[in-house]
Amino acid sequence: MNNRRLILLSMIGLMSSLGSMLLFPRAAFAKWIAAAFEAKTTDKALVGLFNNKEIIESDRILLKIPEIAENGAVVPVNINTDLPNVETISLFAEKNLHPLSAAFTIPKGTTPNVSVRIRLAETMNVKAIVKSDGKLYSTQKEVKVTIGGCGG
Amino acid sequence: MKVKARMKKELAEVKLLAQHPMESGFRKDKNTGELIPAKYIRELTCKHKDKVVFIANFSHSISKNPYLSFSFSGGLKGDQLTLSWIDNTGETLSVEAVIK
Repeated sequence: MNNRRLILLSMIGLMSSLGSMLLFPRAAFAKWIAAAFEAKTTDKALVGLFNNKEIIESDRILLKIPEIAENGAVVPVNINTDLPNVETISLFAEKNLHPLSAAFTIPKGTTPNVSVRIRLAETMNVKAIVKSDGKLYSTQKEVKVTIGGCGG
Repeated sequence: MKVKARMKKELAEVKLLAQHPMESGFRKDKNTGELIPAKYIRELTCKHKDKVVFIANFSHSISKNPYLSFSFSGGLKGDQLTLSWIDNTGETLSVEAVIK
């Protein structure tokens, strides 16, 4: 490969990674959140996300999720809360290989009501944690899974 | 990525369906027995007029072709939204949508 081509290719490579950084100036996947996503237990993921902050069970978080999931590969979840000044909503699937499934950032003006679809490996508890006014609140539900959704 | 954004009273409701395999990296190819490499969306962001109105950080536990629904205030019919995602391999996608 001649020199000109090499230079051109490396410039294109550099530009596309710079482009990604411009789209995601927070450096996609900040280290702190990456550790929580790698955690193999809910407790470790919680420490990664929130240190050892107290979490209070709350009935003001509505976690809509089927009692029995026929297909573990696509389990619809809705988290809705009337707790004030919500900053983040996180979702944990306790028996999945990596329990932290999703973390949602709720800027001011955004409604703390999110729907997503997750994979569940087997019957387990699914927990939602809401950060409201700097405090942490949780709720959980057990989902019975007929056919595990993680394949292989 | 399919995006539907519409006004529901004072709120702009966004529903999207991203096209992505969301491969965990822990599945084995049935024929070769090899691990299928991980490829999943790590972060999905929605911007309205330069303001970030929603961020979703995903693990590989999110279903294939991720579905998301959320709402925010301050949007008006006709306003433009930018939905972008980046996956673990660095691949990105960005689409525009208009609030109907």
